[in-house]
Amino acid sequence: MLGLYLHRDSAVHRLGAGVKMGGLLAATLVVLALPGALGALAAGLLGLGLLVAAKLPVGRVLRELRAPVVMLTLLFGCQALLAGTGWAETLAAVTRFAALILLATLMTLTTKVADMVDLFERLFSALRPLGVNPAKMALMLALTIRFIPLLAEQVREVRMAQQARGVERNIAALFVPLLVKILRLADDLTAALDARGYDPTDDGRHT
Amino acid sequence: MIELRAVTHAYGDRAVLRDLSLSIRERRVAILGGNGSGKSTLARMLNGLIVPSSGVVTVDGLDTRTDGRAVRQRVGFVFQNPDVQIVYPTVEEDVGFGLKARKVAKDEIARRVTTVLDRYNLTRYRHQPAHQMSGGEKQLLAIAGVLVLEPAHVVFDEPTTLLDLRNRRTVIQVIRELPQKAVVVTHDLDMVMDFDRALVLEEGRIVIDDVPAVAVPAYVARLG
Repeated sequence: MLGLYLHRDSAVHRLGAGVKMGGLLAATLVVLALPGALGALAAGLLGLGLLVAAKLPVGRVLRELRAPVVMLTLLFGCQALLAGTGWAETLAAVTRFAALILLATLMTLTTKVADMVDLFERLFSALRPLGVNPAKMALMLALTIRFIPLLAEQVREVRMAQQARGVERNIAALFVPLLVKILRLADDLTAALDARGYDPTDDGRHT
Repeated sequence: MIELRAVTHAYGDRAVLRDLSLSIRERRVAILGGNGSGKSTLARMLNGLIVPSSGVVTVDGLDTRTDGRAVRQRVGFVFQNPDVQIVYPTVEEDVGFGLKARKVAKDEIARRVTTVLDRYNLTRYRHQPAHQMSGGEKQLLAIAGVLVLEPAHVVFDEPTTLLDLRNRRTVIQVIRELPQKAVVVTHDLDMVMDFDRALVLEEGRIVIDDVPAVAVPAYVARLG
């Protein structure tokens, strides 16, 4: 849904991460403030325009919205049935969230993770008086994004190894080896960060 | 020069290195030995990732116990599994990670990343997600991420173990052409035949220390 950076030579890609994040926040406020589906339609059209301007594969990006739209329809559909909120409101709510997801997806597809991490490091630095280490928070964000596909691969690997041994569905049998693998991965990753010059005492202040 | 003096290391009660003393001056040094012989622990000691339970390890005069960070700036480390070494999602960002951690200026990072991607034929993957690369390409990316930091020495921990024949050949060629001094932990006996020195570890002790032409056959003979 929230895809990884997709490189294109476009003005949208060249925009700063801060500008895009600010724009996304502003669009969210407008969409939520305007009544009915009006704001959502405007945000949706803006999203489509940006999608074309960013030279991204329109069909592919829109196809990725299918799953969240189905989920939202079910969610708000249940609400309409149980709470009697009406179908017009359901349609408006689904359109709103779909438009916002489109804009958020555009942000991640056109912004490098390193730029996003820099932005979050700057934002988190405001929390430094509360004891927050912005450099650590930013690295955590980068690692989370990087390790999602790797963890998915580990799950696949463990599941296949078990299927090969005749175990089709067993949560405990999946969980234990997966936990061992993840702990080992975390151990190796700590060593790798150290080896690549990461300083855990660095609080992100630029000297 | 890397020097070990009376180095012993144990994990709990289990001793993995026993009273090792050696100096490494050569350009290419291989560390051979069976599983559990202490090879990887020794390799990790050479850049201060592990400090010995007793004894001293120095790199160009810097003690890994007291100058760990400075030692790691001099000694790059390439892990067996590149997946654990790749930190950022895309190739360009990942190669720049170590430079960013050292607070190198942005334009200098861009210049050095471009150079190293070019050198290892990774330019076409510059903006691609690292997890979509093949095992060999990931290993090259991991090597590029280390070499962009321009270390004086590079330690490789079984760099060809997970690779197919073609990628193995590529990585061996890269190691062969490195301007840096390299210490390579490996089971790949063919790879080390043109190295300057081979050490064979057995139960935490060096049992053979010679040129590969002598050390490798002696190691094979010991295996029985």
